Amino acid sequence: MTVAKAEFISQLQQIVPPEALLHETEDLRPYECDGLSAYRKLPMVVALPDTVTQVQAIMRLCHERKIPVVARGAGTGLSGGALPHDEGLLLSLAKFNQILQVDAARCVARVQPGVRNLAISQAVDHLGLYYAPDPSSQIACTIGGNVAENSGGVHCLKYGLTVHNILELKVVTIDGELLTIGAQSLDAPGYDLLALMTGSEGMLGVIVEVTVKLLPKPERAQVILAAFADVVKAGKAVGNIISAGIIPAGLEMMDKLAIQAAEDFVHAGYPRDAEAILLCEIDGTNEEVSEQIPTIRRILLDTGATEVRTAKDERERMLMWKGRKSAFPAVGRISPDYYCMDGTIPRKKLPEVLQRMAALSEEYQLPVANVFHAGDGNLHPLILYDANREGELERTEEFGGRILELCVEVGGTITGEHGVGMEKINQMCVQFQPLELSQFHAVKAAFDPEGLLNPGKAVPELHRCAEFGAMHVHKGQLAHPELERF
Amino acid sequence: MIDHDDSRALQERVRAACASGTPLAIHGGNSKRFLGHAVDGEPLDISRHSGIISYEPTELVITARAGTPLSDIEAKLAKHNQLLPFEPPAFGENATLGGTIACNLSGPRRPYAGAARDYVLGCTLLNGKGEILRFGGEVMKNVAGYDVSRLMAGAFGTLGVLLDVSLKVLPRPAYKVMVMLQDDVPQSIQVLESIARKPLPMTAACFDGERLYLRLCGSDRLAEQVSRDIGGEVLAQDATLWADIKEQRHPFFDGADNLWRVSVPFNVPPLAINGDWFYDWGGAQRWLKTTASAEEVRTQVAASGGHATLFRSNETQALRFQPLSSGLLRIHRNLKQAFDPGGILNPGRMYPGL
Repeated sequence: MTVAKAEFISQLQQIVPPEALLHETEDLRPYECDGLSAYRKLPMVVALPDTVTQVQAIMRLCHERKIPVVARGAGTGLSGGALPHDEGLLLSLAKFNQILQVDAARCVARVQPGVRNLAISQAVDHLGLYYAPDPSSQIACTIGGNVAENSGGVHCLKYGLTVHNILELKVVTIDGELLTIGAQSLDAPGYDLLALMTGSEGMLGVIVEVTVKLLPKPERAQVILAAFADVVKAGKAVGNIISAGIIPAGLEMMDKLAIQAAEDFVHAGYPRDAEAILLCEIDGTNEEVSEQIPTIRRILLDTGATEVRTAKDERERMLMWKGRKSAFPAVGRISPDYYCMDGTIPRKKLPEVLQRMAALSEEYQLPVANVFHAGDGNLHPLILYDANREGELERTEEFGGRILELCVEVGGTITGEHGVGMEKINQMCVQFQPLELSQFHAVKAAFDPEGLLNPGKAVPELHRCAEFGAMHVHKGQLAHPELERF
Repeated sequence: MIDHDDSRALQERVRAACASGTPLAIHGGNSKRFLGHAVDGEPLDISRHSGIISYEPTELVITARAGTPLSDIEAKLAKHNQLLPFEPPAFGENATLGGTIACNLSGPRRPYAGAARDYVLGCTLLNGKGEILRFGGEVMKNVAGYDVSRLMAGAFGTLGVLLDVSLKVLPRPAYKVMVMLQDDVPQSIQVLESIARKPLPMTAACFDGERLYLRLCGSDRLAEQVSRDIGGEVLAQDATLWADIKEQRHPFFDGADNLWRVSVPFNVPPLAINGDWFYDWGGAQRWLKTTASAEEVRTQVAASGGHATLFRSNETQALRFQPLSSGLLRIHRNLKQAFDPGGILNPGRMYPGL
């Protein structure tokens, strides 16, 4: 241990008890990666504070010693956003796992950042309320991480993302100041820092408390499953449902490989021979749901569905969703490794994107399974690979990068809900121009002028883009020709 | 309908102003000039930068230049049976999209459908250096980079000149029904609390001091059922009532020297500030006509977990927006510096020094 490290640890020991500090290699190991396990790094030290005062003191100390800080919730993130810094402190918020207050009359809950997403809904279930955003990892992921990534889920077409479902944050800045951002009222004076903080990937501050909105559970929810012999028709059906003035609570698509993997895994009753299925959930009052079911069934059949099935009871509805929510682990069973992408595209571009993705799959000799938040255009292609085969991870990453660039090319984005993190940092150079990246850096500096919070993530340095551009000549054009090459 | 891209000319103006350190007072239709503090600067008119750039009803997205009249956008959406779900108040015929978003103004449906900021998907802006920057996009889900486009909503042009904005739109609700109850304020709040816990398709609720009006979307049968459950009677839909509240043409808004907008959690009991009150947004946005001092209003409102804006007033000196804590003010100043280092974009419109 270096003298500086020993001194830092002894200073940390003044702040938190010994069991809340980890610095031996074997103790650090569980923190070396998040949900994107292809990227691993050991932090210098892990701290697990359990009070806001401790977090403030740790931040002040790190600020004074210029030590990078990476915040971490449950570590379920899929973009390497919580990948540790090897000379930094990993700040685990795992001990902040209390629901502080449920105000049933106001339909809000004040929770600590380490509370699991699903635990909120479970805690208010008896009141007839729930927290709407439901990322597939909701059983494990925490609300602090949800805010940091602006997580979505299968119901966000109708109920919005995290940014639409929170009211107030308590945030500790890099210099240890505790800020209240947003308000208990529907809006707050000044700039919309609540929006800026949501999805900021731990770059601007550390979230230590979240006030979430709770919604009354709908009187009734019903899911319709439709099978298609053609992916393009399934995509068309989505547009037709929306054109009819219906906003389903969830509208999900899976392709053949994903259907078969999910079916083999959870036996959800999916038709194994279909090229695509749509799961369309509608919710609301009994009357609304009864009114919309026949309309949606008719639209699906008119668009060429080969089979349309309405869940006959709540058990079957849950099973149909289980298949979808288990799609990632299901694919994990049929391939040694898989790599999950997260681009968003304008929905009308779906046929083109699927076609070109199939061609890329051919080119890279790597199969792809597709699960798709069809209602809002968020694609999750899962590339199947084997990390033990020489060069296959590199090929997968390159393939993934090409998919994201395709999303940008058709007018979409490189990340819908998983964040940029470490993973998509190069593709940020494709999505944004240098002036925009510089503006992002200026925003970052407004909160963290020394760049100590989660350094190297979310927004690439311009020289990185120049280097990436040099490797990556697109259609014969050098990206960012105005920049110096290093 | 004008279809004109004026962005290069606007960029030149901002660049020149940046170089010479000349403050700019950004405006479109001037319909919201009364909001915030007057800006002492050269006028920068964005109303020539106008036109709908793209609209795809099945994608639920519209992109238009900031100078596009709000009425053009609403008319276009109506043709496809869609609308801006946040029901923006226009406060005048010349209201533009840019001003609507810059002021983050939302109408009666706000508590149930979200604010203007909730529907912002992306924007192109000119920062204070005259750089044209694009953030967000035209897709529903996008977490690449900081959410700068949403930050522009409610920044009153102090961080950037909006050039175009992409918004999520939704289908027009099929039916609207009204239920009326005669109640006093505490009873009305109780009713609103019980409604908040029920999965009803609410789209508006207001209390004018004598009557509680509710607006739902659904069938007549649903309305009758609600009226049986919570009392009150079903009325014929009255679009004028909600439009008049939204545009402040309702008689309540007549003849006030100082009109305050009070934003509090919806079920906060009536505040002990003398004056006339009108409860919109299901109790979460309250309008107050009073002669009470700014300090008295703000102290009481803050104690209830909210904030107060001096929305309309002839007093030129009074601070319009609730003062910020020192920590937040520091972040605000840093952000202003990050977007507009010369301090030329609408300086002082929100707070001195921003």
